[in-house]
Amino acid sequence: MSVDVLVIAEAVAGEVLDVTYELLGKGRELSDGFSGELGAVLIGEPSPQDLFGAADVLYSMSGMEAGYCAPQWEMALGEVLRSADPKVVLVSTGTVGIDLAGALATQFGGVLASYVIDAVMEEGSLVVTSQLYGGKLLSEVEIDSFPAVLSVLPGSFVSDAGRVAGEPRREVIDVGGSVSSAKGVAIELREPDSSGVDITAAPLLVSVGRGIGSKENVELVAELAEAMKAPLSASRPVIDQGWLPKPHQVGKSGKKVKPTVYLAFGISGAPEHLEGMRSADVIIACNTDAKAPIFEVAHYGTTLDLFDLVPELTDQVGG
Amino acid sequence: MRIVVAMRQLADLVEELEVSDDGTDIDREFVKFISNEWDEAALEEALTLKDELGATVTVVALDEPDVDQTLYAALAKGADRVVKLTGHDPDTWVRSRERAQRLASFLTGESFDLVLTGVQAADDLDGQLAGILGSLLELPHAAVVVGVEGSDSKVRVTQELGGGLLGVSELDLPAVLGIQAAKQAPRYAPISRIRQAMQTGEIGEHEVELSDSAVQVKVRRLYPPESTGAGATMLKGSPKEVAAEIIEIIKSKGLV
Repeated sequence: MSVDVLVIAEAVAGEVLDVTYELLGKGRELSDGFSGELGAVLIGEPSPQDLFGAADVLYSMSGMEAGYCAPQWEMALGEVLRSADPKVVLVSTGTVGIDLAGALATQFGGVLASYVIDAVMEEGSLVVTSQLYGGKLLSEVEIDSFPAVLSVLPGSFVSDAGRVAGEPRREVIDVGGSVSSAKGVAIELREPDSSGVDITAAPLLVSVGRGIGSKENVELVAELAEAMKAPLSASRPVIDQGWLPKPHQVGKSGKKVKPTVYLAFGISGAPEHLEGMRSADVIIACNTDAKAPIFEVAHYGTTLDLFDLVPELTDQVGG
Repeated sequence: MRIVVAMRQLADLVEELEVSDDGTDIDREFVKFISNEWDEAALEEALTLKDELGATVTVVALDEPDVDQTLYAALAKGADRVVKLTGHDPDTWVRSRERAQRLASFLTGESFDLVLTGVQAADDLDGQLAGILGSLLELPHAAVVVGVEGSDSKVRVTQELGGGLLGVSELDLPAVLGIQAAKQAPRYAPISRIRQAMQTGEIGEHEVELSDSAVQVKVRRLYPPESTGAGATMLKGSPKEVAAEIIEIIKSKGLV
């Protein structure tokens, strides 16, 4: 039986991600707009504490192999999409959204909108807002041909709306045949590197971003962190450049932190970074670009050059 | 191993971006275009594989502003061949669905084992390139890749799955990968070597004519986000004065 909206649920280490509940809440709203049903698909078995009551039907898969392998997941989800035949598919702009949404939309001849932060029904059309150019511009698009896949930025919707107890109908789809013909196999899952620094426990974090410019310059902020007896953390570009090791990374694919004070130097505030630190009690941001998105979430800000401010802070803390 | 790297130009996000008169694109006239940073990581990964396995590296890019600079820099860094795809208006927004179609059209005439591209670009409204390209070519693909180990018939990829969890899988070749980070930071090409590449290297050209238009969402408008009003209290003054204020805030929380 088909549904109008299908949410692809994601779980990491057996725990359903918050964004899945955001998608379920928005999915309920959209499926009500279509006067149709809401489906959810979870790869793996839901545990008793998982709340899928917002959905009318919960699809699960038989014959799925353990671990993550993109070609296998793509084929398995393709089987579910064929069975559920949704008008709209909601995924998060995480692993599945970035990895598979484009392929699934292409396979099914549908459109795809990425980096979605809002979606509403307007007279039979789906009007979708996306965040482009690192948050500097928004795009409003109109979708009136379906199926449509929306890859949604985590944090865009309220998760409480989708966190509903209940017992949706269960449908089991055999994906074993598809998965066995996939051109890839999962080998292993590796847990996060927990060696060295633990940035999740510190009440004060000194964090550095792309604005630091080079590996040599990281030392400048490291000196401040040392003077403040705080761990040094960083946004994604600093880690990708190899200027600091992975355990220092704050953000979606790094650590989520909730310090009392978060000092951000040269961090523009990409959505992936904000997702990891926006819960800090006090955020103080230093960025020469007055329009940097980080100033939207920061409590205090300065457009001073970090190369002028950081040595001054180090001197004053040391003094 | 034969590796193709798909690279592209993107508006420099450091710049002020204005919306065009018709409201559906950025004003491209005065914007500086630079190589997409994730594509640079893809190129670096390809060159590292070349160092390890003796691969050949072809870099392909659509004709876009300042793309020659990116292609000559790729030659200077160690790419064996660079190709520019023409047949479209280079001064418009070629969305990721159409971009994938154009690249797929080129690749169907190429022999390759691996296609590497950046995990994403900041204007990927229609989805990320690797997945769409993989699907069009009916090849296995993976994105958010942070590790690539090659062999004759398989590639072992490490992908980020969120929360620091990594997934390792093995894909049949040929395959398409969206690179998040290379094993090392992208190498630097000195200006002198880029100049040398401009004198001795050659950018191949390949015209692509699409028979079908890309399936993509209809853009109504682009616009800058409104401030939520919940923005930061801006600290004013000299570095010394601002530093003193920041320390006062931290002290008030019982820290330092």
